[in-house]
Amino acid sequence: MSKTNPPMRRGWGRGAALAGALAALTWALPATAPAQTPPGVLVVGQIAEPKALDPAAVTAVNDFRILMNVYDGLVRYADGTLEVEPALATDWEISEDGTEYTFSLREGVSFHDGSPFDAEAVVFNFERMLNEDHPFHDTGPFPLAFFFSAVETVEAVDDMTVRFTLSEPYAPFLSNLAYPTGLIVSPAAVEEHGADFARNPSGTGPFRFVEWRSNEAVVVEANAGYWDGAPALQAVVFRPITDANTRTAEMLAGGIDLMVEVPPVALSEFEGDSYTVHEQAGPHLWFLILNTKEGPFAEKAVRQAANYAIDKTALVEDVLEGTAEVAAGPTPPAFAWAHNEALEPYPHDPERARALLAEAGLENPEVTFFVTEGGSGMLDPVAMGTAIQADLEAVGFDVAIETYEWNTFLGEVNPGLEGKADMAEMAWMTNDPDTLPYLALRTEAMPDQGGFNSGYYSNAEVDTLLEEARRATDQDTRAELYKRMQEIVHEDAPWVFVANWKQNAVTNDRVEGFTLQPSFFLLLDDVAKN
Amino acid sequence: MGRYILGRLVSAVPVLFGITVIVFLIMALIPGDPATAILGAYATPENVAKINRDLGLDAPLVLRYFNWLGNMLTGDFGTSFSLNRPVLDEVLERFGATLILAGSAFVLCAVFGIAAGVVSAANQYGAADKAITFAVLLGISIPSFFLGMMMILGFAVTLRWFPVSGMWPIYGDRDLWALLDHLAMPAVALAVVATGVVARLSRSAMLEVLRQDFIRTARAKGVHERGVIWRHALRAAMVSIIPVLGIQAGFVLSGAVYIEIVFQWPGIGRMLVNAILTRDILLVQGGVVFVAACYVLFNIAVDVAQSLLDPRIRT
Repeated sequence: MSKTNPPMRRGWGRGAALAGALAALTWALPATAPAQTPPGVLVVGQIAEPKALDPAAVTAVNDFRILMNVYDGLVRYADGTLEVEPALATDWEISEDGTEYTFSLREGVSFHDGSPFDAEAVVFNFERMLNEDHPFHDTGPFPLAFFFSAVETVEAVDDMTVRFTLSEPYAPFLSNLAYPTGLIVSPAAVEEHGADFARNPSGTGPFRFVEWRSNEAVVVEANAGYWDGAPALQAVVFRPITDANTRTAEMLAGGIDLMVEVPPVALSEFEGDSYTVHEQAGPHLWFLILNTKEGPFAEKAVRQAANYAIDKTALVEDVLEGTAEVAAGPTPPAFAWAHNEALEPYPHDPERARALLAEAGLENPEVTFFVTEGGSGMLDPVAMGTAIQADLEAVGFDVAIETYEWNTFLGEVNPGLEGKADMAEMAWMTNDPDTLPYLALRTEAMPDQGGFNSGYYSNAEVDTLLEEARRATDQDTRAELYKRMQEIVHEDAPWVFVANWKQNAVTNDRVEGFTLQPSFFLLLDDVAKN
Repeated sequence: MGRYILGRLVSAVPVLFGITVIVFLIMALIPGDPATAILGAYATPENVAKINRDLGLDAPLVLRYFNWLGNMLTGDFGTSFSLNRPVLDEVLERFGATLILAGSAFVLCAVFGIAAGVVSAANQYGAADKAITFAVLLGISIPSFFLGMMMILGFAVTLRWFPVSGMWPIYGDRDLWALLDHLAMPAVALAVVATGVVARLSRSAMLEVLRQDFIRTARAKGVHERGVIWRHALRAAMVSIIPVLGIQAGFVLSGAVYIEIVFQWPGIGRMLVNAILTRDILLVQGGVVFVAACYVLFNIAVDVAQSLLDPRIRT
């Protein structure tokens, strides 16, 4: 190995550089030692190359995993929950009518580029995203800006106080601020880099950006002055490894320390003391949309029969190898405060299903079933589709499967199932109990009105409950309304409720202090590695 | 000769033009659109319309085509929305990686394939011939992606001789050693099938030549057998081997897609697969046009090389 000056990466510290050189040596002299990652540097196996490191510009969980470590929002989800707690804002007040939110900001916080965090910075962030006349609105597009479409004005009351005025009461506002779209970027960095900000990010988070080598790695290093305590790691390297088998092999070979989204079939590779498998149920629901407008599922008894016929326990244990839990209703248990504990999943009861079909006078209903080959949050949709088909046919349904590639599938399902199918697979991952039912179960959320109610479910009481829950600012009141909604939807069965995905990750025995969050974000500020 | 080359180049223009039309129409007509891919669960008609406006996808199809073509002729391939960087930067960088991988595999398959074919033909029905024929059959029958996964299991996970994936080490120097270390497994996995094909055809081409009169004459004149085989016969056989190499070059280039995915090689095949899945229209179009142009030029180069060896082809 001839050596010219080794290209040292900025600020990794001598220890890391030395370890890096050592690691290079082990590669140059194969079979002398396994590939080892340096201590203090965590290498994360990601599922894809990030699109951008601008939180306002991205939509993918894969990108969020990096961003949540580089930026902070005004608020964040408390460790292990989906409940909001202070972050860059220390406290806030909500006006009586629920339309004014006034935040007090944390003193003495700076962005990684050295510029101060203050009320003007917050105003800049939301104006950039929401105001088409803002000089830096062209650094978008900002696809999730509608999370804040209720925001009418953002103003700096004084240096350290900022006020949001909403056009109408909108209860999910706080949890949307905790979502990556609400993360605060450095105005100075946006002004300096313009559209290239997405590759030169600067926030206030526990790690500061170092470099992005396209298709190889994103490197971040510890922010020693982090307001919530400096992280234990020196640096984190995010490597995109799109193929799940290759990601597993890298984990086994020691090329990465932490791997996300382990394929169910690979979990057995990580039994034993050298690895820890982490699991965490999240705000995810895997369900079947039933066409309530026409065909057999227009009858409630037939929809309930489908819920009884499908053996969900077998699906999550055999097809998904335990990487999911059986779902009871439309709201995932991860939303602990809003989830109705009293609801039980429909049990697997083929006799009951047959009886319900007989009652409806439809012993052998013909059903067209849209299945996708794969897609965000869809788990193992082809195998799931086949197992569901078999369960339904066992009680008398005659099921024809049609399979589509993910984007084609969305193009067929989102405009509504009428005239095309009786049933379709679907999965959603959300950050607030409002989102999924509001966008997919209301009468006013039919596809022709811009919503995702592709099965045309309509129940006036559910509509009222969801509207009221959105206007209530008191969490207990909201919880009651959501719980009542879940009871009705459970009984009406516009969907077959199948599974709540448990996100998984594997760490090797050098990693300490790692836990997965129900938000599915990857938080690394408390992680250590030796 | 100059006129021959010029003629071939001019005839490539309509081919490339046709390719731009086809790839543009395919991307416009396949179901699913970039806005839906970006927004996923949040693809309301309103949001989709806004994204389409931002991406310039709301213009009429014909206008979009000529805008794209016009910009491309000035060297502007547009910006990839899924990667947020200029298409041409990404395509060139990725194509470089693919060339390193496919080029190495091509050299491996040419050298070992021809050598195996010649040795086989020179020892027809001998032990070496039988061993090589068996090995070739085995090589041709193994799908490259499966071979790649088995190599990762054996040489990277179990023996730890080579890194599992990627092109460069995450830490340490980016020198030639580091590259070769990462290149070894994917290049071999990619070369195996093509080596088998080249070996088979080299063998039959050599057998054909070895039966001809000038070989008997050379032997009668007392030329050493090694000279007969490697100098006289191989040179004559190359006329039929070179077109096969040309076809194999294309095969290796397209086969690189699987290998790039298995070994996470940052090449253009993996880029195109991801771009298609995310409906990154400009990246798919730019990538396909670029690869097609390279392929057309490469074929012209093969024809020219062949015409240098065999003047009868130049008509």
